[in-house]
Amino acid sequence: MSTPGPVLILGGRSDIGRAVAHAFAAKGHPIQLAARGAASLETSRKDMELRHGVSVTLHEFDALDMAGQAGFIDALPALPEIVVCAVGLLGDQYDDERDFDAATRVMRSNFEAPANILGLFANRFETRGTGTLVGISSVAGDRGRASNYIYGSAKAGFTAYLSGLRNRLARKGIHVVTVKPGFVATSMTAGMDLPEKLTAAPEMLGEKIVQAVERRRNVIYVKPVWALVMLIIRNIPEAVFKKTSI
Amino acid sequence: MMLSGWGRFPRIDCQVTRPLTEDALRAQVAKGGLIARGNGRAYGDSALSPGNTVDMRGFRHMLAFDAATGVLTVEAGVLLGDVISAFLPRGWFPPVTPGTKFVTIGGMIAADVHGKNHHKHGSFGQFVDWIDVMGADGAVTRCSRHENPELFGWTLGGMGLTGVILRAAFRLTRVETAWIRQTMIPAPDLDAAMAAFEASGDATYSVAWIDCLRLGDGLGRSLVMLGEHATFAELKLPEKRDPLLAPKRRRLTVPFDLPGFLLNGATLRAFNALYYNQGARNAGESLVDWDSYFYPLDAILGWNRSYGRKGFAQFQCALPLASSRQGLQALLKAIAAAGMGSFLAVLKRFGPQDSRFSFPMEGYTLALDFPVNRGTLALLDRLDRITLDHGGRFYLAKDSRMRAETLRAADPRVAGFLEMRGADARAETFTSAQSKRLTL
Repeated sequence: MSTPGPVLILGGRSDIGRAVAHAFAAKGHPIQLAARGAASLETSRKDMELRHGVSVTLHEFDALDMAGQAGFIDALPALPEIVVCAVGLLGDQYDDERDFDAATRVMRSNFEAPANILGLFANRFETRGTGTLVGISSVAGDRGRASNYIYGSAKAGFTAYLSGLRNRLARKGIHVVTVKPGFVATSMTAGMDLPEKLTAAPEMLGEKIVQAVERRRNVIYVKPVWALVMLIIRNIPEAVFKKTSI
Repeated sequence: MMLSGWGRFPRIDCQVTRPLTEDALRAQVAKGGLIARGNGRAYGDSALSPGNTVDMRGFRHMLAFDAATGVLTVEAGVLLGDVISAFLPRGWFPPVTPGTKFVTIGGMIAADVHGKNHHKHGSFGQFVDWIDVMGADGAVTRCSRHENPELFGWTLGGMGLTGVILRAAFRLTRVETAWIRQTMIPAPDLDAAMAAFEASGDATYSVAWIDCLRLGDGLGRSLVMLGEHATFAELKLPEKRDPLLAPKRRRLTVPFDLPGFLLNGATLRAFNALYYNQGARNAGESLVDWDSYFYPLDAILGWNRSYGRKGFAQFQCALPLASSRQGLQALLKAIAAAGMGSFLAVLKRFGPQDSRFSFPMEGYTLALDFPVNRGTLALLDRLDRITLDHGGRFYLAKDSRMRAETLRAADPRVAGFLEMRGADARAETFTSAQSKRLTL
C-alpha cells in the first residue's frame, strides 16, 4: 500500500473531530485540523504528533464564512485524500423556537455550511478522480421530533445532501460516507444521563469511521442497535407519532 | 452519580465534574473538598469525594518528548497504556509499571506505584523529574528534587492530598524488543520462594504468585517469575522482523457480576493446585510478549466483576526484611486457616525506598483480594494486626476499610504528612472518602 494520504478534519476542536483525527493518525495519515481559532489547538496538534508520529497542521476555518470556503481550500498545503466534516451545533430547542437568529445559526451550522464545503471538495475530488468525503450527520435527522427538530431538520437536509452527492459521484471513483453517531459521550454531553447501551465513546466513533472509509461503507450507525431504534421510530404512523414524546 | 474504586467497594454517590481547562479546574478547587480521580484503578475510596470528585481524564495531552534523554512530558490524565502504544514502537518503555496499563500518569504519581522491578529500580517516583501541582489557591507550582522539594516529596505517594497533579515529566527506558525473557521457578514453600528472590536480586523483574490457601508443609508455595527485556539477538523469526511489535491479544469481557458463591474455599483451592502444577511443568525460560507479561489481567476487561455485586477488598502490606519471614508465615496461616483468599495473591521483594510517604520499604510485600463480606472484613482486621506486630505498613491505593488508628500505628510518617496538609489550606481543599476515614 502507498503512504496514507492526508486527512482533513473540519471541526477539529470537538471531541468527535479529535477522536476521528487520532484514529486516522494512528493509521499513519497526516492530519489537517481545521477549526475556528485553530492556533489554540497547538496542544492537540503536538499530542497527535507525539502519539502517532505523523505530521499535523492547523488551519483557520470558520464554517459559516461561506465566502471564505474556497480560499480556505486553496490555502491547504495539499488537497486532502479524505475530508471528514464534524462541523455542527446542537443549539437549545426551546430557546431556538423563540429566537430565529439562533435557529438560523443552528440550521446553517448543521446543513448549509457542511453541505457547501463538502460540495466544494466534491468538485475538486471529481477533477482529481479520487477522494473520500465523510459527513457526520445524526440520527436526529431520521425523523423530526419536538425535542430537537430544528437541529434534526438541518441534519435531515445534510443526510439527503450526502446521499445525493454519493449518487452523483459513485461512478467517478469518489466515495461518500454518511455517519449517524447516536449518543456519544463527549464533554458536550458530560453530566447527561445517557443510556449506556446506546452511547458510544468518541474513540469508538473514530475507529468506526476509519473502518467505514476503508470498507467503503455508505451509511453507518456507530452502534448497530441505533439502526433498529431508528427503523422503529421511522415506522411509527404519524397519527401515533405526533402524540408521543420520544 | 454512584462511584467506586476498582474493587467496587465502597460505592458512594459523588458529584463528578470533568474540567477541560485549568480555569475550569481552578473553579472546582475553589469549592474545596476536592479529590482528583484518574481512571478509577485505586481499589477503594482513594479517588472518591462525595461533594467534589474531579475526573482528570480531560487533561489527556502528551506535551513533549526528548528522544535523546527519553523524558516524556504529559498531562496527568494520559493513560499509561497510551504511552506504551505511542512509544514502545519507537523503542521506549515505562521505567516502572503497575499490574495494569489502564492507570493515568497522575494516578501513578499520587500512589507512587511500584512494579516488578522495585527491588532494582525503586518506585515510579524515582523516574519523575518534575510535577506541576495546583494548590488550594488555584496557583500552579512546579516541584522537583531541586525546586519546591518538600511539595515534590509529599506529592509522590500523597494520594492527591497535596493538590491536583496537572502535568509531569518522567523518564522512559530504552528497550530493544517488545518481549520479555521469563524464567519460572517453582518454589514448594515460603522459604524456597524467599530464597529464590534473594538469589535473583540482579534480575530486572521478579514477582511471585503465591498459593495463600495452602497450610502445613506447602505453606507459601509459589511460582517465582523473573523477567528481562529480551534483546534483539534473543528473538527468533518471525518476531525478529518486527521486534517492537507484539501480537494483539484477544480480549475477554466479564459482562455481568458473577454470583459471589462461585469463589469459595473449594474452587479456589482447586484452581490454585491446578495453577501451581501447570506452572511447575513450565519451569524454565520462555519468551512472553510485554502485554501478557506485565498485564495478564488487562486481557479480561471488567475482571473486577468476578467477585460479585458486593465487590472486593484488596489487602497489601509491606514488611521489613528482618521480620518478613515470620510476618508472611503468620499472615499466610491466618488466611489459609480462614479458608478465604484469592487466585490473585502476589508476593514480591522490595528494594530500599527513601521517600516521604510512599508505600514500599525494603523487605517483602504481599497482596491479595477478598470478596467483601463480614467474614473477610474481620479477617482483614486480623491481617492488619499481624502486619503491625511485624513492623509493616499498608498500601493506601489498595485500602478501602482500614482504621485511622491502624494507619497511625503502622506509619510514623503520618505526623509529617498532617503537618504538610495543615499548611496552605490543603487539608480543607483536598479530601477524599479515604482521607476522611483515615483522618489524614
